[in-house]
Amino acid sequence: MAEFVESFLSQLAQTVLVVLLAPLMLGWVNQCRAWLQNRSGPGLLQPYRVLHKLFHKDALLAHNASVIFRAAPYIQFGCMVLAASIVPVLGTNLAFSPAADVIALVGVFALARVFSSLAAMDVGTAFGSLGARREMLVASLSEPALLMVFFTPLLIVQSSSLSSIVDALAHRDFAIYPSLAFAAVAFIMVLLAENARIPVDNPATHLELTMIHEALILEYSARHLALIEWATAVKLTVYCAIGIALFAPWGMVEGTNWLMFPAAAGALVIKLALAGTGLAVLETVSAKMRIFRAPEFLGMAFLFAVLGMLIRQLLGA
Amino acid sequence: MLPAAVPPLELIVGVVSYWMVIGLAGLLRPLSLYFVSRVLFPLGILGGMVLILAALQGVASQPADLVLPLGLPDLPFHIRLDPLAAVFVGLLGIAAVGISFFSAGYFRRVQGSPPGLLCLQYHLFLAAMTVVLLADDAYLFMVAWETMAITSYFLVTSNHKVPEIRSAGFLYLLIAHVGAIAILLCFGVLQGGQGNYTFAAMRQIELSAFWGSAAFALALFGFGAKAGLLPLHVWLPEAHPAAPSPISALMSGVMLKTAIYGILRVTFDLLQVQLWWWGVLALVLGLLTALFGVMFAAVQTDMKRLLAYSSIENIGVIVAGIGLTIIFHVYQQPHLAALSLVATLYHCLNHACFKSLLFMVTGSVLHSTHQRSLGKLGGLIRNMPWVAMTALIGSLAIAGLPPLNGFVSEWLLLQAFLFSPGIANPYLNMLVPVAAAALVLAAALSAYVMVKFYGVIFLGQYREPSLAEARDEGPWARAGLVWLSAWCVLLGILPATVIRLLDNVTQPLVDFAIGSNLERTGWLLIAPISPERSSYGPLLFLLGITGTVLLTYFLVRRFYHGRERRVAAWDCGFPAQNARMQDTAEGFGQPIKQIFEPFFRIRRQMPGPFDARPTYSATTEDRLWYWLYLPVARLNERLAAWIGILQHGRIYLYLLYSFVTLLGLLMFML
Amino acid sequence: MTLSTQLINLMAALLLLIAFAMLAQRRILSLIHLFAWQGAVLTANSVIVAYSTGQTHLYYSALLTLALKVIVMPLILHRLIIRLNIKWDVETLINIPTTMLVGIALVVISFNVALPISQLAGTITRSTLGIAVAIVLLSFLMMITRRKAVPQVIGFLAMENGLFFAATSTTYGMPMVVELGIALDVLVGMLILGIFFFQVRQAFDSLDLKHMERLKEE
Repeated sequence: MAEFVESFLSQLAQTVLVVLLAPLMLGWVNQCRAWLQNRSGPGLLQPYRVLHKLFHKDALLAHNASVIFRAAPYIQFGCMVLAASIVPVLGTNLAFSPAADVIALVGVFALARVFSSLAAMDVGTAFGSLGARREMLVASLSEPALLMVFFTPLLIVQSSSLSSIVDALAHRDFAIYPSLAFAAVAFIMVLLAENARIPVDNPATHLELTMIHEALILEYSARHLALIEWATAVKLTVYCAIGIALFAPWGMVEGTNWLMFPAAAGALVIKLALAGTGLAVLETVSAKMRIFRAPEFLGMAFLFAVLGMLIRQLLGA
Repeated sequence: MLPAAVPPLELIVGVVSYWMVIGLAGLLRPLSLYFVSRVLFPLGILGGMVLILAALQGVASQPADLVLPLGLPDLPFHIRLDPLAAVFVGLLGIAAVGISFFSAGYFRRVQGSPPGLLCLQYHLFLAAMTVVLLADDAYLFMVAWETMAITSYFLVTSNHKVPEIRSAGFLYLLIAHVGAIAILLCFGVLQGGQGNYTFAAMRQIELSAFWGSAAFALALFGFGAKAGLLPLHVWLPEAHPAAPSPISALMSGVMLKTAIYGILRVTFDLLQVQLWWWGVLALVLGLLTALFGVMFAAVQTDMKRLLAYSSIENIGVIVAGIGLTIIFHVYQQPHLAALSLVATLYHCLNHACFKSLLFMVTGSVLHSTHQRSLGKLGGLIRNMPWVAMTALIGSLAIAGLPPLNGFVSEWLLLQAFLFSPGIANPYLNMLVPVAAAALVLAAALSAYVMVKFYGVIFLGQYREPSLAEARDEGPWARAGLVWLSAWCVLLGILPATVIRLLDNVTQPLVDFAIGSNLERTGWLLIAPISPERSSYGPLLFLLGITGTVLLTYFLVRRFYHGRERRVAAWDCGFPAQNARMQDTAEGFGQPIKQIFEPFFRIRRQMPGPFDARPTYSATTEDRLWYWLYLPVARLNERLAAWIGILQHGRIYLYLLYSFVTLLGLLMFML
Repeated sequence: MTLSTQLINLMAALLLLIAFAMLAQRRILSLIHLFAWQGAVLTANSVIVAYSTGQTHLYYSALLTLALKVIVMPLILHRLIIRLNIKWDVETLINIPTTMLVGIALVVISFNVALPISQLAGTITRSTLGIAVAIVLLSFLMMITRRKAVPQVIGFLAMENGLFFAATSTTYGMPMVVELGIALDVLVGMLILGIFFFQVRQAFDSLDLKHMERLKEE
């Protein structure tokens, strides 16, 4: 019982940490982008201010908005919180981790996405359905690539549970795994596509015709919008955390050694900051491509992931 | 429980006769819609309920045999209930209850055939499918198989005044019979020259590799024709839209599964030795079918055609699962073979639930709007909340989203794919995981298709003004919809229980049961290989999401507020937007059409720059129709024309033919 | 696994990556850059093998590779495309995603083909033989799917790189004489092809090889 309480507490601590840190992560990425583009930037805490403002406003709903439109932001947020509790960020002793492995994690993201697409179609505007079909298109092409990315560490560790993967990868002797490097490249490409970043989508765009993610949420306002924005930030953070867990898992706590948690938290913040900087650099040096280049982009991601898997089988590395 | 006293096999035979009696009772007052839909169809529900109970009992007990004193002299009917048959009987029961509920509220006076006749055909169809599952000799199997084909043909063509429906029915009958011939030949091979057509005798025979392969190929062809496997799928998208919706539901949900049952029966039960390339064949065909089905589903504009193509996709997934099972079984990986077989059977159950549900939904939509084209629907969630909510469950389930049932089978199958390395064949070792990607692509695209299906029908604005008058379903149809959606949820959140039942099937067929791992994790989690490798707990999952959603809701209300105002849609400040500016069904499918263009045969008519009344039309067709079917049809016609030379219409010539034949035979024989 | 084996595996993986990148590349200029990179990785690989096994003659072949495949040939190719004024995109016969899928199938095949041989070989680098065969086949595929002459020549050169890699990984390289001979052959072949390009362009006003179809007897 005590064991369960411990793992439950560690779970709670990690989930709450990720959910609360997520806007900061988004703020950091935006700030880095601003610096790279010679702007001064709004400051790290801007996402929190935006969320606070949005929560205060009155929600505006279109006349024909149905229950799906109102439920979708909550479901999206719930899915992302769930995803945040599956991915180990500080330690691997998670009460919830047996309930879902990496495939279920893909399922959680899919659930959130389907609801956001349905909600976008609910009001029945031209942009909403345009966004919905683009979002579903990009997602359906990135999912196979994502699965192949997971496949390489899964082959090395022989487990599809993220906690076991982290445990095993963090404790082996240091070795160069070219297969993991390939998987990492593929993962970054999928991350860019799934989180609506440049070059697949532009999170800061103001031109409706090029939108994907923004087109989905055009009709949302106030607390609904706040929840969606927050969920987006959590999603980005969770994706970075998955990348860290798969490709740089060092520094996490084994079991529930509470004294080690601050150190693990420090390592996490540093790793997330590095990931954010990398993301900002990638976004600054690349240009958004047109939507029908996206299949080729994701096809390349798929290819990298498959190559990683093949190299793992060919070379055992 | 009532039936506990009666053995399950007798119980099922009882249900079959009960359904036949109900069907015949329909002829008592064939024109009375009230009698048929308020008395006979509800009575039929009972049969389905009993079937479920009998199946639950039968799946856990030893195989039982029975010889019925029916049929030809010296050729009695043999029937047998083993766990494999019991699973499919249970599936039939679940679907039959839901569809009978729905049918009780569905049939209206406008259809072609009189209601009494429909009732007879419907219940005969149900009884024939049950007998197919029970048959233990080739005669009874073929009799039941043909009865099933013919009753379903009459049901498809019940509205036979419409020429398109007649031609769809003809295509269906044609392919069903080409398939039936292959099945007949398959049994001929299986009896191995002994002349004993009982399945018990066939199990004793060890066929050589060549004849075994021939039997497998014939079974895959024959049953594949019924299931809609590539390239024999063409009848599905024609027959489903033609049939009344409950019949489509029954055909897609259950009848396709009898074909899957046939493949499993022949491959794992009647054939004693399998070869690895059968598995590869089934895997490749299955994945191609799945991808083909989902791509075509994405570009359809008729809601029932869309679902028909989605059925093709699901059948592809199931056949791929069978192929994987064969591969693992041949390469002595009983663990993974059992896992993929469980996944396959699970997907059969799931598909029976959600596809029947969605076909019933299209029936409701069709009735209340008289529209089948997606381009003329929209916004129905406001008028038909019951239908819309059950449709939402069905769509999410079919899209393979957790925590519903579609995800469970997908998850299990992916586990089998992902832990495949270890097969003794290095080529397969590397290609099987890549095949998993094809499966994921199909699953992801099916989410695309379902967003299109649900979004275009139920969400957005009314695309036609008349839709505002659409009304929700009555209590009978609601009960049917709720029944099947409840099963979608149940199968989704209680997989451990279901898997333990399915273990009874895998144990005799592939000599392994994955349930032993479940003991360690309890009923909350499923861990098909071991808890360290992977586990999934749908109930925790559901609780997690619901808990977070409720907590978020209350926190938002507690710390902020719940104020809201209703305003006109914003749409980026565009004031003149109307319902016609939403995506049409074609528009929603357009990206798929563009990316996978080589797979489609697309014909576009573009307006010229100076057209006064510009029109645009685009049709998307199946390339296989032109590559395969039309050449075969042409060849057939040429042969027929050639034989037609013999036809002169003069009696004495025909007599001359008979005379020459007789003479020839006499000379040849004596 | 020792560090040197790991590094060799890394190089093998990089070579495979570059081979796929060449297959997917649309621009001739980038193709030449990739070719130069391939040579650089090959050089590094030779140096690592030489260092870890003490086969000094591999240092010379590394030097040769560096001189010829990283510096001289890319320069010649570069000058060639400037002189011929062909900076357009490469047209592929089959679309790129399909080519990639075929490429993956080729990798699987070549590994299985190489499996028995690499089990015989006693070198520390033997597991990379499959990748070497794959690079040869992928370069061959690139030659097949390209319509223009220059990418075909690059494919030919990349194929030679694959062969060189195969030699290094199975037997720690060929005897020096053979290696020198091949290097000279390739260089001369290159020059001849360069002249040939000019002739082709004079004759057909284009480097599109589909015009060669006209050369057959009617």
